[in-house]
Amino acid sequence: MHGRRMNNQGTAKDFTGSLKKVFTFNKKLIPYIIIALVLSSLASVLAIMGPDKLKEITNLITEGLRSSIDLEAVKKVGIILIIFYTLSFIFNYIQGFIMAVVTNRFSKSMRNEIALKINKLPLSYFDKATVGDVLSRVTNDVDTISMTLNQSLGTLVSAITMFFGSLIMMFYTNVILAFTAVVSTIFGFALMIVIMKRSQKYFNAVQTGLGNINGHIEETFSGHNIVKVYNAREEMNNKFDQINEKLFRDGLKSQFYSGLMHPIMGFIGNFGYVLVCIIGSILTMKGIISFGVIVAFMIYIRLFTQPLTQFAQGLTNLQATAAASERVFEFLETEEMKKEKDFVKLKKENVKGNLTFEDVSFGYNKDKLIIKNFSAKVKSGQKIAIVGPTGAGKTTIVNLLMKFYDIDSGDIKIDNISTKKITRKNVHDLFTMVLQDTWVFNGSIKENIIYNQGNISDEKVQKVCKIVGLDHFIKTLPQGYDTLLSDTESLSAGQKQLLTIARSMINDTPFLIFDEATSNVDTRTEEIVSAAMDKLTKGKTSFIIAHRLSTIKNADLILVIKDGNIIEQGNHNELLKKNGFYAELYNSQFQTS
Amino acid sequence: MFKIIKNLTKKEILFIFLSIILIVCQVWLDLKIPDYMSEITKLVQTEGSKIEDIIFNGGIMILCSLGSLASAFIIGYLAAYVGTSFEKNLRKKVFTKVGSFSMEEIKNFSTSSLITRNTNDITQIKMFIVMGIQMLAKAPIMALMAIMKIAGKEWNFSLITIIGVAIIMILNLVIILIAIPKFKKIQKLTDNLNEITRENLKGIRVVRAYNAEDYSLKKFSKANNELTNTHLFTGKIMALMMPTMTAVMNGLSLAIYLVGASMINDAIGLDKLTIFSDMVVFTSYAIQVIMSFMMLTVLFIIYPRASVSMKRINEVLDTKPKIKYGTVNKNTNLKGIVEFKNVSFKYPDAENYILENINFKANKGETIAIIGSTGSGKSTLVNLIPRFYDATEGSILIDGVDIKDMEEKYLNDKLGYISQKAFLFKGTIKDNISFGTKNNKKIKKDFDTALDIAKASEFVNKLPKKMNSNIAQSGNNISGGQKQRISIARAIARKPEIYIFDDAFSALDYKTDYELRTNLNKYTKDSTKFIVSSRIGTIKDADQIIVLEEGKMVGIGKHKELLKTCKVYREIAESQLTKEEINNAWT
Repeated sequence: MHGRRMNNQGTAKDFTGSLKKVFTFNKKLIPYIIIALVLSSLASVLAIMGPDKLKEITNLITEGLRSSIDLEAVKKVGIILIIFYTLSFIFNYIQGFIMAVVTNRFSKSMRNEIALKINKLPLSYFDKATVGDVLSRVTNDVDTISMTLNQSLGTLVSAITMFFGSLIMMFYTNVILAFTAVVSTIFGFALMIVIMKRSQKYFNAVQTGLGNINGHIEETFSGHNIVKVYNAREEMNNKFDQINEKLFRDGLKSQFYSGLMHPIMGFIGNFGYVLVCIIGSILTMKGIISFGVIVAFMIYIRLFTQPLTQFAQGLTNLQATAAASERVFEFLETEEMKKEKDFVKLKKENVKGNLTFEDVSFGYNKDKLIIKNFSAKVKSGQKIAIVGPTGAGKTTIVNLLMKFYDIDSGDIKIDNISTKKITRKNVHDLFTMVLQDTWVFNGSIKENIIYNQGNISDEKVQKVCKIVGLDHFIKTLPQGYDTLLSDTESLSAGQKQLLTIARSMINDTPFLIFDEATSNVDTRTEEIVSAAMDKLTKGKTSFIIAHRLSTIKNADLILVIKDGNIIEQGNHNELLKKNGFYAELYNSQFQTS
Repeated sequence: MFKIIKNLTKKEILFIFLSIILIVCQVWLDLKIPDYMSEITKLVQTEGSKIEDIIFNGGIMILCSLGSLASAFIIGYLAAYVGTSFEKNLRKKVFTKVGSFSMEEIKNFSTSSLITRNTNDITQIKMFIVMGIQMLAKAPIMALMAIMKIAGKEWNFSLITIIGVAIIMILNLVIILIAIPKFKKIQKLTDNLNEITRENLKGIRVVRAYNAEDYSLKKFSKANNELTNTHLFTGKIMALMMPTMTAVMNGLSLAIYLVGASMINDAIGLDKLTIFSDMVVFTSYAIQVIMSFMMLTVLFIIYPRASVSMKRINEVLDTKPKIKYGTVNKNTNLKGIVEFKNVSFKYPDAENYILENINFKANKGETIAIIGSTGSGKSTLVNLIPRFYDATEGSILIDGVDIKDMEEKYLNDKLGYISQKAFLFKGTIKDNISFGTKNNKKIKKDFDTALDIAKASEFVNKLPKKMNSNIAQSGNNISGGQKQRISIARAIARKPEIYIFDDAFSALDYKTDYELRTNLNKYTKDSTKFIVSSRIGTIKDADQIIVLEEGKMVGIGKHKELLKTCKVYREIAESQLTKEEINNAWT
């Protein structure tokens, strides 16, 4: 997935449950949230009392219309109002400030939790999940949660206070006008709910449509070469048009419906306003109420209808929060690797390098075993090659050696100590591993070679680069060892592979694993590298998986694996003599067609 | 802004004009409402007014309000239409444009960047257009009309309104100057955090093998802190927005009332009533003015993002593909002949040549193998045939015609290209094999044979739905070797004159590799085949083997000859074969 950012406006399965988790996620923040909410409702109360005071001023003025106005009294009320408004401003800002801090702290700790969690999950999780999926949880989902929380929580509380506050104030001021306002608002609100219901269908359709079109674009652009040379541009364009057209139709409707909210709320406001004016005027003329009441109501109507829009918006926001947090918590609650305790600590200096597989069975799924009753004895200093057709379980053996996965039955022993009794970290300390997938990160070449292996001198870095034959090339780069490896790809796949080999040479470990480590390097360079590696691996136990049989001819022990079982073992010459599967595999590379 | 307008269709522009007219109507109606309110106020305050008069005025007010709602509906529809239709057309434009790019342009932009440009960036602009039509037009119209209404009335009130507007403007300025640059920074920091997470996830095995969990966590925390702090900064500024707005609006009404009170007190007779009703409606107008300036703030916040997006999209649209096709589309009497004449190639701006002075001729039905070390230019050489790149110097002829003179379709129909990394598309296996030939009636579709030759029928027939089984996006639900075999079947189904296998066999084990090549020789005898490989075993029976070393041809000939004459070839062979095997070849 390439930086695809889609709106995650899905719906949560368990709305309240997910929200509960959000609020209890970081308990330290709860007091601050409560303070913010209290301030927010206080500010709303002040805002509601405003119109009442404005009414007093209006009344003072109307009373004085025919004679003279009691300016002193007006001034007094005015000052009270100024205090109200100032307080309300301060409360509101502090509320906003606290919420900004709280939500940011919240999202920060949530992101950290996710990053921590990544390290605690078994590798099997990542076999199933895509990088894009986890990535969108770290950024998109957490962003959604913090944004919506920031916006919706404060607004919702102030909206609730505002709604009930103005309702009370209206009924307190005048019952008839209050009814007028409520009835006109209910009418509008009903209209809004109908529209929201109708539009949901199109919102969902747009989400699916966006997913489809993004998928199609991603596929077409990634396979650009193929699309072009197969004359399939027209085909791809037609399919694009189909998806695009449907997305347009759904998009138009959903955009239209969502755009209706505001005008409708505006109308409700106006409608209520007019009704209040008419009925208010009639009442005034009959002398039942003062004119100031109308003025107050004109503002009440605004205060009363405003929260309704905010409710609608706040609820949609919370919905999005719930959906996003469900995804985040689903990740955070995934079963972790088993905790390790009562362990033997093996120091790498003291490990001899003997290793045995005893009746090892393993399957990624419980019902399908990849490795069946696998047994083998490896002596210190031996070079072990593992060969076999694709899918035979070669890489699986590496995964088990590294304790990336727990074996189902049997045992793997290092120097006669069961690896079940050694921590994963300890096992990793004993092994050096180079994989086919060359992994480099954003940073300088030097940083990439040293990685987390402590204080390494520049000479040492240079030495390992010389061994793999990278030194000369690196020196031709403008910044030498400080050249940054970024997306602009200054290294070829082969060079990256050499770099990862150099990285692995920094540290001394009793065991080495090369899983197709030289597959991207041409055979001549490979010869040079493997000659260097042979020197390095002297006295160490090494496991080599290779496609090219030429690389493993000199191994002490070749394990031929097919369908999870060792079907043959021995050295190159012995196996050739056997004239079995290995011989067939080996000879097929020279067969004339 | 102009660049956005440039991409609008006539219908869309018409719709925009229509919505502007409607917005004027809407604003006029909205502002009419306080007028009637003023009328009502006067009626209420005057002795002996009739209730019917009030109801009449109120009725007109409701009509105005309904009219405003109706126009808002239509404006909403028009804006939604313009936005989504613009989105649709622009998305199509970018998609088609990218389709016409050669590899050079794709590489310049990078695939992932092109994808974002065709998805996110476009959505970003749509959002701006939909909001823009409604607000950008509405805000000034509203401000203007409200000011016109106010203008004739008390100057004191106007002064108060101006002060209110000034406060809002200052707030706008603060946001534009301080917050918006930070928004841009947030985008960068988010990308950074994304990148670090992506790195950790992709390298999860390495991270664990090196016990580097803490190392990567430290990196993550640093990025996380930076992002959070910037967010916090903007959050604190943006928290000012709503309270300030409320305070300004409240303060405005209060100020008008207070000033009004003393003005009424000073006035004489009927003037008092006029000032009073003015005062009541003035508050409404003033609030409208303030609101319209707030709307502009929102636009200021989203405009920079839309503008950046538009710039990125225009970069794509303004790029002219370097490769232009010719007009030849008639077959000559030659078939399957490929000739390289003094071909050299280097990337634009690069100093060194990747290929230098390549000369050879492939005849119908021949197998041409290209071997050399990593980076010697093997793939580049065959990529020149389908014109992924054009040769910098020299020319390539197929059947005696320069490929630059050929029509794109005509050239491609001659070729069956198989890339090193198999790429399949979402759909059924059949869809994939018939890829690109759906509208081509000339090709007889024989998918079973294609699958047979490509050694794929065995596993395809084991699938429950056989050839109609679904392939997930990028073919992620089948193994690498299976993907490669289907992609080879895809090429075979086209029955091309020329096959190009760009290191396509390396995903297969030796046995399948061998069987497949045997099949190809049997069934595609008449086609010319180019095979790029680093496996000697794969290529040693080729009719011509081209040995490349740093972009130069250092040998051409058959396996046995090259062992004798070409040092590089011998070295490659020695690294893969045993002495006996090489010696056997000598004899």
